[in-house]
Amino acid sequence: MRHSTLGSVALAGTLALALASCSGGGSTGSSGEPEAPAEALTMLIGSSGEAETAAVQAAADAWSADSGTTVEVIAASDLNQELAQGFAGDSAPDVFYMGWDQFQTYAGDDYLEPYAGDLANAGDFYPALVDTFTFDGEFVCAPKDFSTLGLVINTQLWEAAGLTDADVPTTWEELQTVAQTLTTGDTVGLSMGAEYARVGVFMEQAGGGLMDGDTVTASSPENVEALEYVQGLLEAGSLKWPADLGAGWGGEAFGNGAAAMVIEGPWIRGALEADFPDVEFLVAELPEGPAGPGTFSFSNCWGIPQGQETAATAQELVAFLTSDEQQLEFADAFGVIPSTQAAAATYAETYPENAAFVAGAEYAVGPVSFSGAADVVTEFNNTITTLQGADPQAALDELQTQLEAAYESSQG
Amino acid sequence: MSSVSTAPAPRKRRGGARGGEAVAGWLFTLPAILIIGVFLIAPIALALWVSFTDWNGRNSPLFNDSVDVVGLENYAAITTDDSLTRELFGRSIRNTVYFVLFVVPLQTALALFLAVQVNRRLLKGKGFFRTAFYFPSVTSSIAITGVFLFLFAATGVVNRVLGALSVDGPNWFADPRGIFHILFRSTAAPPGLDSPGFLGVTPWEWMAGPSVAMVVIITMVIFTTSGTFMLLFLAGLQNIGAEVGEAAVMDGAGPIRTFFSVTLPMLRPTLFTVLTLGLIGTWQVFDQIYLTRGTPAAPTLSSPAYLAFNQAFENNEPGIAAAIAFVLFLIIIAMTLIQRLVLGERDESGMGKRRKGRDRKAPLLADGAVRLEAGPQSTTGGGLT
Repeated sequence: MRHSTLGSVALAGTLALALASCSGGGSTGSSGEPEAPAEALTMLIGSSGEAETAAVQAAADAWSADSGTTVEVIAASDLNQELAQGFAGDSAPDVFYMGWDQFQTYAGDDYLEPYAGDLANAGDFYPALVDTFTFDGEFVCAPKDFSTLGLVINTQLWEAAGLTDADVPTTWEELQTVAQTLTTGDTVGLSMGAEYARVGVFMEQAGGGLMDGDTVTASSPENVEALEYVQGLLEAGSLKWPADLGAGWGGEAFGNGAAAMVIEGPWIRGALEADFPDVEFLVAELPEGPAGPGTFSFSNCWGIPQGQETAATAQELVAFLTSDEQQLEFADAFGVIPSTQAAAATYAETYPENAAFVAGAEYAVGPVSFSGAADVVTEFNNTITTLQGADPQAALDELQTQLEAAYESSQG
Repeated sequence: MSSVSTAPAPRKRRGGARGGEAVAGWLFTLPAILIIGVFLIAPIALALWVSFTDWNGRNSPLFNDSVDVVGLENYAAITTDDSLTRELFGRSIRNTVYFVLFVVPLQTALALFLAVQVNRRLLKGKGFFRTAFYFPSVTSSIAITGVFLFLFAATGVVNRVLGALSVDGPNWFADPRGIFHILFRSTAAPPGLDSPGFLGVTPWEWMAGPSVAMVVIITMVIFTTSGTFMLLFLAGLQNIGAEVGEAAVMDGAGPIRTFFSVTLPMLRPTLFTVLTLGLIGTWQVFDQIYLTRGTPAAPTLSSPAYLAFNQAFENNEPGIAAAIAFVLFLIIIAMTLIQRLVLGERDESGMGKRRKGRDRKAPLLADGAVRLEAGPQSTTGGGLT
């Protein structure tokens, strides 16, 4: 008994010493020691699956063979959390995926090296994407790829309802009509996530939007019009949220035939192939509203932490990864749309079934994402869940107040 | 650290054997002090510091020129400022109050009931039942939450079964309606109750009760944790000698009277442990909430622990997150003290003879809690006080 206690005490002591020495070594390593030629880079990615991780690793290896710098690709299970932890511990990855929704927060806190303007291909990216990743007038990080929202139509249900290619809706009125036609016993005409990142496209199509430059315009008449239109669809029963159809998201509702049309992005293709391989579908551009076409673009950029010795090397890696050839390789491997206009055009030719998503890039805008907007948007998402029977004007007025407060504190 | 290794030499001459003992004592407690210092005291102190700063999560919060002390601003953001953050915090408190209010009594009652059942001498297959009741506790809460999400989906098993009984089940996890509101068939807030009240949440919402979605989570948590507490009660029950029961029978007490007048009072120490652990565990609920984030009823499920995570890692507001963590800490401390006071008073009037004398803290300690308390006392009692 005494021996084992002694032993465990000794063990604990050794452990404590080992830990103490570890932390000591770690802090000196990160604060000083300039490693002149970066021999190894770490890359943290939020991977959609095996295919993406393997493709990114292959691309990194190809670059390593040329440059002599090894790259370790780490697929994060919770990208935001692991990034925040890395930055707090002063051990941020040298290159990482930076989501559009977190970009402004990170840029505002001086986390990101603004390198993108110096890239040789800086002028080749879609302007909307450059806009998304610009902070304080500076193009910060290079967009990795992008997605837009389109109207995904189940062709089997479409034909069963007696509709033809000529009926693909191009206006709000037509969308309303076909959604009603497609609504039968177990199937609802249209579905989409009950969130700003879907419903917001109607605001864009109506000529509204939550922000206009530096002004919050959430309660504008255009936005009210958009919400009233969506409310009309809900009340007619031709639009239902996925949760009300027993599905986790729009793609699932679409796959199991509960919805004949959904508003989703290119990722739906992979999900349907995996879970519902028998569903046949086509993708159309979103119908135009009173003020013309409108959709959202979502994108990640290649983030590089500010003031790191490895920044220059990481920048070379990003230049390689965002080249047209490499982006098309990624497109082949896991179906993302290249972020440069030339590569995206090639992509649209190679994959005509996704051409509608690429076409959307011409007029797409990024959803509101300034630092602190996330909480407000989550609040608004809750409102959207209960939009049926709610007062759109009152909901938008509340959103206006909250968004103004959040924007003010993000500027201050 | 270095002072310890250099100190012995001069002291040895003066203090003789006693001095050597003190040094040896410190030396033996040093590992524990170090471990607790590095992994417990230092993080707590650091978090307290962060809660008073505007640290943005980059580099160290100490010795960093870009970190400013902002005083109580982070605490104000969640308590007095008229902001969305305060409302989110208020809502998380409201949700958790109802969560605790339902889970703690129900899980304690169920655990006690199960323990009494599997403690019966005449029960066949005792081992089987004990294992079966304990099984949910050893299963990962994330896995169980996942299963419940499927069971209670709009077209899930539960609703199919209800459908077979001609009952139209709600869309459980997507239903943010409070059950008190449903019970009293009230749909809209009457005037006067719909303006922001305590912590920015309207009185109407404070009175809503747990949402339908929260009821599912409450059920799930009771289901998973009762097994653990059943084990504690079982240990307590087996400490009660058979002669006590026999004496009760001789005095003419029936089984129910025996349970309430003999067994339950003798279980009071265990009851205290179970209630304390239950209170702490429920106020810190996180796993189940994390997994159900983003569901339509998520705002009626959020808890302070989840909100702290969300503020730290999604909103890059470690200061506010730390402030939330400390308010939660204070709430738990207050709850435990209140509970101790309530149970303690009864203890002195009812079961006084068994545990009088000694200092005031000792008699209240449950047998099960001795382990918890003994750890810090024997190792770092000096360091903590």
